[in-house]
Amino acid sequence: MRWFWIDRFTEFESGSRAKAVKTVTLAEEHLHDHFPGFAIMPGSLIIEGLAQTGGILLGETEDFQRVVILAKVPKVTFHSWALPGDSLTYEARLVDAREEGGSVECTAHVGQRLVADAEIVFVHLDKSSPELSAVDQKNFVFSMNLLGILEVGRAGDGSSPSD
Amino acid sequence: MASQDEVFERVRETLIDALGVDDDEVAPEATLVGDLGAESIDFLDIVFRLEKNFSIKIPRGELFPENLASAESSLIADGLVTADGLDELRQRMPHADVDSFAQDPKVEKIQDMFTVQMIVNFISAKLAA
Repeated sequence: MRWFWIDRFTEFESGSRAKAVKTVTLAEEHLHDHFPGFAIMPGSLIIEGLAQTGGILLGETEDFQRVVILAKVPKVTFHSWALPGDSLTYEARLVDAREEGGSVECTAHVGQRLVADAEIVFVHLDKSSPELSAVDQKNFVFSMNLLGILEVGRAGDGSSPSD
Repeated sequence: MASQDEVFERVRETLIDALGVDDDEVAPEATLVGDLGAESIDFLDIVFRLEKNFSIKIPRGELFPENLASAESSLIADGLVTADGLDELRQRMPHADVDSFAQDPKVEKIQDMFTVQMIVNFISAKLAA
């Protein structure tokens, strides 16, 4: 199992905002225990998907030269469920981006229905810091494959920000 | 030009947002870490929100200096901040009450200087500049 909680980017405006989708499938094993007879996507994994959307948005501003880490979720509100078969749309807006880290405001929708909204704070880890020495940067969260998803997002949208 | 009271009010709202504490917990002498339960990541969140709420820029390390207790031999000795270290603190943190800290300059008490009043002082100075 890989820790990808977004499937594809559908919109990407560098340094500004991004949209990604996550499709909830009954093939995800945890759904059968969450909850038995009433499968709903765990809120924590929705937060992770929002964080991946926002974190990639932040990381891309510096060409992924820094490692972006989810540090704090100051605010999150869950408004409704996400069920198997639902397609979640995560939208992240970059609010702050600086040397130490950054923050995003984000929402999760299923169609028009608001599922969650949150603020997420990230920190940048210095490549030389001791916490990183035991971590394989390349595979840490995003292998090179996910960057390919980024390309698909740009191509799929059919336009570039400069259009 | 915002008065100290107005600055304090807005700083209080900022800390309530960032730390999830109650109104009455945010007293001027309350310490961020000890009394309000702040952790290191909260410092970054607080800086973001202060910048937004006061429309100012806070460069890295200006409000919350980093590496205060690093292994700089001239600044720390035997778990106490040296005289050189205290001078360094006064220079980097004109908004903090270094003199009170100097009376018992234990390294682990450095974060007791990070109070609500310290932030109010810092913001007032920024706005007046």
